[in-house]
Amino acid sequence: MPTKQAAENSNTTLDSVVIRFCGDSGDGMQLTGGQFTDTAALIGNDFATFPDFPAEIRAPKGTTFGVSGFQVHFSSESIFTPGDRVNAMVAMNPAGLKVNLPDVEAGGIVIVNEDEFNKGNLSKCGYLDGYNPLDDEEILSKYNLIRVPMSRLTKESLADSGMGAKDVNRCRNMFALGIVYWLYERSLDVTKEYLNKVFGEKKGKPEIAKININALEAGYYFGETSEMFPARYRVPPASQEPGTYRQISGNEATVLGLAAASQLAQKEMVYASYPITPASNVIHGLARLKRFGIKTIQSEDEIAAVCSAIGASFAGNIGVTGTSGPGLALKGEALGLAMMLELPLVVVDVQRAGPSTGMPTKTEQADLLQAMFGRHCESPVIVVAPRSPSDCFHMAIEAVRLSIEHMCPVVYLSDGYIGNGAEPWKIPDFSSLAPITVDHPTLDDADENGYLPYKRDPDSLARKWAIPGTAGLEHRVGGLEKQDETGNISYDGDNHQHMVDIRAEKVQRAARSIPPLEVHGESSGDVLVLGWGGTYGSITTAVEQVRARGHSVSSAHLQYLNPFPSNLEQVLGSFKRVVVPEINSGQLSVLLRSRYLVETIGINIVKGQPFRVDTLVERIMEVIEQ
Amino acid sequence: MSTAESKNTELPIYTAKDFTTDQDVRWCPGCGDYAALSAVRKALPEIGHRKENIVCISGIGCAARFPYYLDTFGMHSVHGRALAVATGVKCANPELEVLVVSGDGDLLSIGGNHTIHTMRRNVDLSIFLLNNKIYGLTKGQYSPTSEQGKVTSSSPAGSIDFPINPIALAVAAGCTFIARGIDVDMKGMDKLISRSFAHRGTSFVEVYQDCNIFNHKAWFYASQKDTMPENTIRVEHGKPLIFGSDRTKGVRFNNGHPEVVTIGEGGINADDLIVHNETDRILVSMYAQMAHPEYPEPVGVLHADPTKPTYDQLLIDQITDAQEKNGESDFQSLLVGNDSWKVQ
Repeated sequence: MPTKQAAENSNTTLDSVVIRFCGDSGDGMQLTGGQFTDTAALIGNDFATFPDFPAEIRAPKGTTFGVSGFQVHFSSESIFTPGDRVNAMVAMNPAGLKVNLPDVEAGGIVIVNEDEFNKGNLSKCGYLDGYNPLDDEEILSKYNLIRVPMSRLTKESLADSGMGAKDVNRCRNMFALGIVYWLYERSLDVTKEYLNKVFGEKKGKPEIAKININALEAGYYFGETSEMFPARYRVPPASQEPGTYRQISGNEATVLGLAAASQLAQKEMVYASYPITPASNVIHGLARLKRFGIKTIQSEDEIAAVCSAIGASFAGNIGVTGTSGPGLALKGEALGLAMMLELPLVVVDVQRAGPSTGMPTKTEQADLLQAMFGRHCESPVIVVAPRSPSDCFHMAIEAVRLSIEHMCPVVYLSDGYIGNGAEPWKIPDFSSLAPITVDHPTLDDADENGYLPYKRDPDSLARKWAIPGTAGLEHRVGGLEKQDETGNISYDGDNHQHMVDIRAEKVQRAARSIPPLEVHGESSGDVLVLGWGGTYGSITTAVEQVRARGHSVSSAHLQYLNPFPSNLEQVLGSFKRVVVPEINSGQLSVLLRSRYLVETIGINIVKGQPFRVDTLVERIMEVIEQ
Repeated sequence: MSTAESKNTELPIYTAKDFTTDQDVRWCPGCGDYAALSAVRKALPEIGHRKENIVCISGIGCAARFPYYLDTFGMHSVHGRALAVATGVKCANPELEVLVVSGDGDLLSIGGNHTIHTMRRNVDLSIFLLNNKIYGLTKGQYSPTSEQGKVTSSSPAGSIDFPINPIALAVAAGCTFIARGIDVDMKGMDKLISRSFAHRGTSFVEVYQDCNIFNHKAWFYASQKDTMPENTIRVEHGKPLIFGSDRTKGVRFNNGHPEVVTIGEGGINADDLIVHNETDRILVSMYAQMAHPEYPEPVGVLHADPTKPTYDQLLIDQITDAQEKNGESDFQSLLVGNDSWKVQ
């Protein structure tokens, strides 16, 4: 078998590869990318993924706005981002090529389904007057373009299947995946198993599983025999800490973290939400966890969702609601009520690009100030933000813990990038996680004057969580200003001042139970790059690269935004300059400047995309060279 | 968490006083809300629940001060959202008896959406709508139940809004218990409130309530000694629709439409009248459209369907089913999932 021999001879080992699958939103690119990731995970690569899809479920076929993409960065080393430059791309149609080609590195592999580069499809995405990018000399010289007639080959390979043209056509993505598996020396087993399980067992359509598997194999063998590819590439497993791993997206980790918190607190949880991109799969996930006592309510609107969560907390469950930016705006008034009631409540905000409907499937971290201040009057709440897909597990538990311990709403700021992106996660030993202490008062907590619902813990200033069903503790709470301790309605000015102060102080005292901010790199020096939330991967990678060039630069990443970690001021003071990269126009900078009177240098890029590491390196270097 | 035991055994003997807080009631003297409060305080000792298992939720408005005056667990929430809060309470702990007291602005205007969907889901709550056809707390603007043409501070030339029909809304939303009462009719109110607590599912009681400051006498056509028998009809399950001070008037079907008739005239006797059947969804649709002055307005339990399962029960059933099917669920195996791998 000379062909195979030749391929083996030109085998190249790489540290890491960024591959992107793109095509029409009906081309199954998310599934294809997901399968490639599952396979990479099982081989033992470190990886990070970035699904990038349009808001339209099925935009007009072949248009640029209907393009769906899925990027996977897989590596034999530790990586933190899905990668900037694409090393290899599969484009299922001209629109996919047009949108994604600029991200491919010069010399990168571009595999296209040439059958789709017909006149109609070319014009649909704006390639006019007979122009075909596949014949463009500039493109041909810049990239390693490989034309594969995937539609025809898929059809031919399934000619004997007896299946209809529609079903056969839908197997093109598996043909493409087969090619890529061959190119990167991956086994087909994971995907075969998946296809058998999903189509064969769950959907009861083994014939569909069969043709998909046939197409996958046909693609693989095509790679092997066609001699179109100059080499095969091998990305060995990463050396990871021993343990059990799984692939996890941020929203999946949020689901598991919330459920874990419910277990750790030994309290039932009510999760009420109204569907909204990109937060909907949090309710999808939790709705499947009924066996763990998780109750989900698909509410009639965003306001109902938060109010039902508040009602659930009042009655002694952990009330949680989830949404994205526009929904957080709708929940604002009720969040003020929860703050006033001093009840536990967690609001998950998977941020998306806005304002208004904005770009729902694109990422942004521009709800920070809304989370902090987006309510009427003085209504401080605790704000936390996970920094990576797997960190969502830990921070969701933290959100619930802080909310219960401090009897205060917590806004949890995830984002579309980490919510949908996935990475390997070393699964923790659940029995090693710290329990969340819940202390419901009983009749013993009442004295001869009755029960005082707003009597506070002298240390944390939190009131107690007295729940209906407890004899002798009947009491009323509400949005009206109340007298401290008794909770009775009070319009007294001095009391109002006291309550405004004590609610603020209570939130600040939560800093006593949050970990100090860690600095990566030297603990003092010329430049500190300080980020928050989902930008951790790109900032950390960029700063490491700049430091490797010999510059005095460190990074730190905030997961706790209100209150800030108590050592933040000292950390800020240990550096000559503070650079704050954010996917917004400078919201953390606003907070830092007003709180600490510190000058900050913002890197603010709001394009609906996560930070690129090379851009951050460039911008940090500009600061250093100033 | 189960309070089922305490519900059935050793129930203390309560009086209305046990449900009275030490807070001064701050409604205007003569307000119809006093009558509603008194009726609820009187009904609560009889419903078979310990007081710590009763929760009263309200929104905003005059009527929404209710929880502060009722010595149970209670929450005065935000405008319009009482039902959404109450849904959360009930889902968290279905053992609780949850009542919602609010006004026409709260339940039909700013919170109208929650009214529809709570009823649609059949959450086991008792809703008392104190309908005074006006905004009281904000000082007298027209409400969603105000009649068209009403002159108020925000409609000096007369309101151009057409009013909503609360009973028709409840019918459309699939509410399983629909009743109407009149604030001053203490005897009738007591019955309605007890029935509504006993009903499993969403019970909705519209109360004609007089705001003696901003909309005084709005209901006088139905609430006074001389007007009540003539302009309202007290429906009773299994009994013909008879009304009038001398009980000689009735309602019959004529060519498919309700028609007011006089018993004894034109050969009509009681057997020709419509017989009230509270389980009949068609009849209640008709009641919803019977309005003064063309018809006497039906009061009492207009509809009661105890067969539809409640939302909270279905929610708990799904949880119990999942737990029974899966046995003891191991959280660690949930974390590990189906596609994990080991690194040595």
